[in-house]
Amino acid sequence: MGVGIQVENVNAWYGKSQALHDINLKVEANHATALIGPSGCGKSTFIRCLNRMHETTPDARVEGRVKIGDLDAYNGTSPTQLRRRIGMVFQKPNPFPTMSIYDNVAAGLKLNGYRDKKNLDEIVEGSLKSSALWEEVKDSIHKKSGASLSGGQQQRLCIARALAVAPEVLLMDEPCSALDPISTGKIEELIFELKAQYTIVIVTHNMQQAARVAEYTGFFLLGRLIEYDKTEKIFTNPSDKRTEDYITGRFG
Amino acid sequence: MASLRGLVPDTSPAPTVLQISVWRRVKDMMATAFAVSTVVIVLTPLVAIFGYLVYKGIGSVNLAFLTQIPKPPGELGGGMANAIGGSVLILAIASLLGVPLGIGAGIYLSEYGRNRFGDTIRFVSDVLNGVPSIVIGIVAYAIVVLRQKHFSALAGGVALSIMMVPTITRTTEEMLLLVPNALREAAYGLGVSRWRTTLSIVLRTATSGIITGVMLAFARVAGETAPLLFTAFGNQYWNWKLDQPTAALPLQIFTYAISPYDDWHRQAWAGALVLIVLIVSAVSAVRYVVRRGTLGGVA
Repeated sequence: MGVGIQVENVNAWYGKSQALHDINLKVEANHATALIGPSGCGKSTFIRCLNRMHETTPDARVEGRVKIGDLDAYNGTSPTQLRRRIGMVFQKPNPFPTMSIYDNVAAGLKLNGYRDKKNLDEIVEGSLKSSALWEEVKDSIHKKSGASLSGGQQQRLCIARALAVAPEVLLMDEPCSALDPISTGKIEELIFELKAQYTIVIVTHNMQQAARVAEYTGFFLLGRLIEYDKTEKIFTNPSDKRTEDYITGRFG
Repeated sequence: MASLRGLVPDTSPAPTVLQISVWRRVKDMMATAFAVSTVVIVLTPLVAIFGYLVYKGIGSVNLAFLTQIPKPPGELGGGMANAIGGSVLILAIASLLGVPLGIGAGIYLSEYGRNRFGDTIRFVSDVLNGVPSIVIGIVAYAIVVLRQKHFSALAGGVALSIMMVPTITRTTEEMLLLVPNALREAAYGLGVSRWRTTLSIVLRTATSGIITGVMLAFARVAGETAPLLFTAFGNQYWNWKLDQPTAALPLQIFTYAISPYDDWHRQAWAGALVLIVLIVSAVSAVRYVVRRGTLGGVA
């Protein structure tokens, strides 16, 4: 089951340059939340702060409070503990090239010491079914390498890999930007189904996509969260002039 | 009409393309010829050496050569079996010591070494790579032979391992740096710890590249003679003990080649041929096993 996310006064830096300014935001459990905004506005940095991926960049720094459900992300929680509860899907599909499809999906569990073979088989199958890839690959999950799939399949494999560790939150950083419209459609359908069970935060450059998949939308500009509201409100009646300018294509 | 350009097939002739293409084709041919000739120039010595070795050595490679130990000077026959065994022993010691050290240092440099300490190690490692092999032999003599009070297989192995480390370190680092950061992030994102990511994802993805580096280092030290002169020292008899002087193919070849006996000269050629064949087969065997062990994708 998904959990809510509460973000208070988050500031983030790359070296001396500040990428995020005082972000406050509440993400509803079991809903999809889209983050939109022009390139370099801090959306990706923001979701990387949620699972403490930001700090893996040299010289990067975060301040503020992030609560994932009742877990305080930056206080008394180790990054690995936190990330086991938060799945992440990246912009470019990044399956492990040396592993079979099966091992890719099982990677999160296996590498964390999970050994129950029979259970693992079920989890892998379930995850591949959830990510709508099972039918296409079921005959070759042990034979084929994850890298041998097409781009859209690879991305669904990465989603399956993230789901296999049974996360509560799924972060998606422009998951469709490297995919063709058909694969994009499949992933969007998937997001629609997944949000019954997971809290989804999706960064996207595609405003139609945000409107299609998300109940809530946040608009970022120059490292600040300008507006955050129901998607419908953002796209039909935004309260900030800058949001309106952006979604109507006047800049960005 | 102009707006339709590209949408409708263009049926008009294109004479300029033909004119340009003559000069382009000449340039293309020159570039290709240059590339091919460099390959030929590079491969010529290799083929020549191997061909000459086969020509001079194959006649003396027989069962006796591969199974017997040397006969006393003046007597015909005998073989280099003990030297072949000694080389295997010394190289095993060298690999056992040098490969883990080199790979470990390479992992450190790539994953943790973006600092001044890492830069120092890189510099020292490059310098070590350039140290003459005889000097490495003296080092092993000083730290092993003087302490043990006699020459030994262990001392030879230590000398060769010191030569292997810098090559393996630097190639491991290079290969690990080639692994896309996206794979590290994918693993971190699954809640996998850093050391586990390094071992199971980064190292595994770079395996075939690292093996290439290891094999390069192995092949290079397998033929080294100078560092063995006053470490392994050589031996006319069988030895499998770590702390005893041990024969090695390069040493035996050296001794036989500078001897006054024709039979020994022939055996030296045969030894050189066997040495090369051993190195090539060891390298190919390892490559084959590794390629079979890793799934497609990165080869």
